[in-house]
Amino acid sequence: MKMLPTRKSLRIVLSVAALVVLPEMAAAAGGGAALEHFTPERTDRTLQRGAKIFMNYCMSCHSADYHRYSHMARDIGLSDKAVSENLIFTTDKNGERTKIGSLMVNNMSKDYGKEAFGAVPPNLTLIARSRGVDWLYTYMKSFYLDESRPMGANNTVYPQVGMPHVLAGLQGWQKPVYESDGEGHEVLKGFQQVTAGKLSAQEYDSVITDLVSFLDYLGDPNREARHSLGIKVMLFLLIFLVLAILLKKEYWKDVPHS
Amino acid sequence: MATDRVASDGDNNPVGVDKKRRRLLTTGVGVVGAAGAAALLVPLVSSMSPSARARAAGAPVEIDISKLEEGQRVIVEWRGKPVWVLKRTPALLEGLDAVEGNLRDIESDASIQPEYAKNSYRSIKPEILVMVGICTHLGCSPTYRPEVAPADLGDDWQGGFFCPCHGSRFDISGRVYKGVPAPTNLDVPPHQYLSDTRILIGADEGGQA
Amino acid sequence: MSKANNLMSWIDERIPLTATWDKHVGKYYAPKNFNFWYYFGSLALLVLVLQIVTGIFLTMNYKADGELAFKSVEYIMRDVNWGWLIRYMHSTGASLFFVVVYLHMMRGIMYGSYKKPRELLWIFGMLIYLVLMAEAFMGYLLPWGQMSFWGAQVIISLFGAIPLVGDSITLWLRGDYVVADATLNRFFALHVIAMPLVLIGLVFAHIVALHEVGSNNPDGVDIKKVKGADGHPLDGIPFHPYYSVKDLVGVVVFLIVFFAIVFFAPEMGGYFLEHANYIPADPLKTPEHIAPVWYFTPFYAILRAMPDKLAGVIAMFAAIAVLFFLPWLDRNPVRSIRYRSFAYKAILIAFVVAFIVLGYYGMQPVTPVGTWISRLCSLVYFGFFVALFFISKGEKTKPVPERVNY
Repeated sequence: MKMLPTRKSLRIVLSVAALVVLPEMAAAAGGGAALEHFTPERTDRTLQRGAKIFMNYCMSCHSADYHRYSHMARDIGLSDKAVSENLIFTTDKNGERTKIGSLMVNNMSKDYGKEAFGAVPPNLTLIARSRGVDWLYTYMKSFYLDESRPMGANNTVYPQVGMPHVLAGLQGWQKPVYESDGEGHEVLKGFQQVTAGKLSAQEYDSVITDLVSFLDYLGDPNREARHSLGIKVMLFLLIFLVLAILLKKEYWKDVPHS
Repeated sequence: MATDRVASDGDNNPVGVDKKRRRLLTTGVGVVGAAGAAALLVPLVSSMSPSARARAAGAPVEIDISKLEEGQRVIVEWRGKPVWVLKRTPALLEGLDAVEGNLRDIESDASIQPEYAKNSYRSIKPEILVMVGICTHLGCSPTYRPEVAPADLGDDWQGGFFCPCHGSRFDISGRVYKGVPAPTNLDVPPHQYLSDTRILIGADEGGQA
Repeated sequence: MSKANNLMSWIDERIPLTATWDKHVGKYYAPKNFNFWYYFGSLALLVLVLQIVTGIFLTMNYKADGELAFKSVEYIMRDVNWGWLIRYMHSTGASLFFVVVYLHMMRGIMYGSYKKPRELLWIFGMLIYLVLMAEAFMGYLLPWGQMSFWGAQVIISLFGAIPLVGDSITLWLRGDYVVADATLNRFFALHVIAMPLVLIGLVFAHIVALHEVGSNNPDGVDIKKVKGADGHPLDGIPFHPYYSVKDLVGVVVFLIVFFAIVFFAPEMGGYFLEHANYIPADPLKTPEHIAPVWYFTPFYAILRAMPDKLAGVIAMFAAIAVLFFLPWLDRNPVRSIRYRSFAYKAILIAFVVAFIVLGYYGMQPVTPVGTWISRLCSLVYFGFFVALFFISKGEKTKPVPERVNY
């Protein structure tokens, strides 16, 4: 078959558009704060440890009330009873322990949150989807000692952050180290440990890995189910495609070429 | 031939065609396509059955009956329906035998209750009645009428439930009278005693309803 | 068999069922040389059906209320059985609708399908495109995330550029001083009832117009000029079974792409579902970078390229309006790009490149370089129509064959 002019035009269109757009895209990718790359894990063990950190440290101020405890229990391989007894620390309006079928609501009032931290601590159910896991991972490792802040902590990823360093007991305190890049800009080089915490740097990293993996799960709980169903759907459609092509070829035998 | 539209016999029936293969492929595509469409219907249809929220709200409820007095009835909400918990007096229980001649389903054969409530008390403990307070006729909630032989219900009334919507009558075990619109006895929900004074409604040893 | 025939004739005496089937499917003779570009019409119809069906099921659980909307979407995603699948199908369908429609329009331009006698067909198509943009814009408000909110705020504010009555109009459109519950409710009503009704009506008119004049083809040849003994075009073949089986292949390929996105990349890297839309609408805090969804960005870039608010709004609407006049701006009777001059091909390529580049810059934060490139591309965009008007008259074309190439 001869090369149709339309196909050639299409190639020209795409290559010219790429020439104009690509340099800009490369420039855009270069900017912004440097975030550590993070790949979330989806094993039950990681998610169970992450859930424990989340319920103990995050849920006192943040809620995750788009998601249900029972849904989480099923997804991270725990029984309803285990979650009820070990991971639910909040109470419902009757003063009883929050039910397993409930949404993951926290007990702090919005007014109190606003008063204490200047803003209501955000709902964390979807934080991994709005911020991205790289941001969360780097953020949780970038708190540093800053007496000028009301909570005594600041963050290099989120300057002037209202949130205290909740995990200071585990990580200890650190201070950022800057160096000049030769063009008069101060660039973050790394952190220097000021006081030790309960954990070593390596142990702290693995705690944050568990926590951010759990946040990633909260944001997109059915990703794995989606992928496994997706593969089946693709296989089905491929079989259908083969049949459809055979049928089309069969009928189009009638149509003579000129 | 360039002038021919399709290689046909003039009546638009293509010639030189393997009709069998064509029919086979058409059937194949039809069957596979129909299977795909049916598979797509499953999520759509099942999205209309109770969601996780509805199921959580319909979870079993616990009730403490330590303060329940004789003759007193409390109403508990389970799955949005009124569930009565009634402590019957010995006098009310005696009335059960007296009305049997007037009942449609004495043994509760046609009615809905767990096996352990298929008796004349329709309950686990004779004095404590746990029952869904919805008339089996058209879904009104009957009123509790424990008094004997009131003026409006007649001399042989031994205490029971009366549905104001269409006049169905039930005895104090929720068994339906003859000659009223309701077809069967009132439903007994699955329930179990967690202790002497605590009842769990909506689940029993056999699992959750 | 004869019982079935009896039933058919019973029905045919009352409504023209067989006649309608024959006119539009069984004996609708379409040119036999359709290529790849001719799949997108039937695919657009498929996506319309998918959107309506998934939309109906979303409506069953969605709450059009400023307090509840965002949460009800997450309720659908987590608590409703298969809710995530239905919602991702709807959000993916929205973007793919535009992919399909843009390719369908490109086909129409390349092969001159808007030319006499298909001017009304083109205009109905443009109206569909216009209503589709309104439908998509209103639907995007419903999740009530930050992008929903601020996107609607910006687009509604455009009407504020209208002299004298601008502010009253924006107030009336929103029904409040900012985008609010009232806006959400009316957008919901329009999105699920009014716009779909109009859309279905226009699609019907589009198909009636098409079947009245017959389909164009990649050669732009009028197949009705050469008819066989049976009175049907010799280069035409019945739509059914030939194009129904061919379009089925297109449908399956489309579904593979569609479900691959639904199952493996529903956010499409933030282009189909934007990251900031996972934060509930907050009237007090604008996201750092707001951009419309990708299918609006070429026009958004034209808007931003203009240094003046009113000029920007006029340019943006003009960019869409000018497409309506294409049948009269192109004065050359030769339809297909295959037989047209080099000059025509050159300006068309420039036009398409400008459109894509505008689409890219419409997504990016404003930079001086970006603004200048957008201005240049806006010029090329409008320049295409001016150049077309002059080039097409007396254009040196290649001879168009009598019969189609197949």
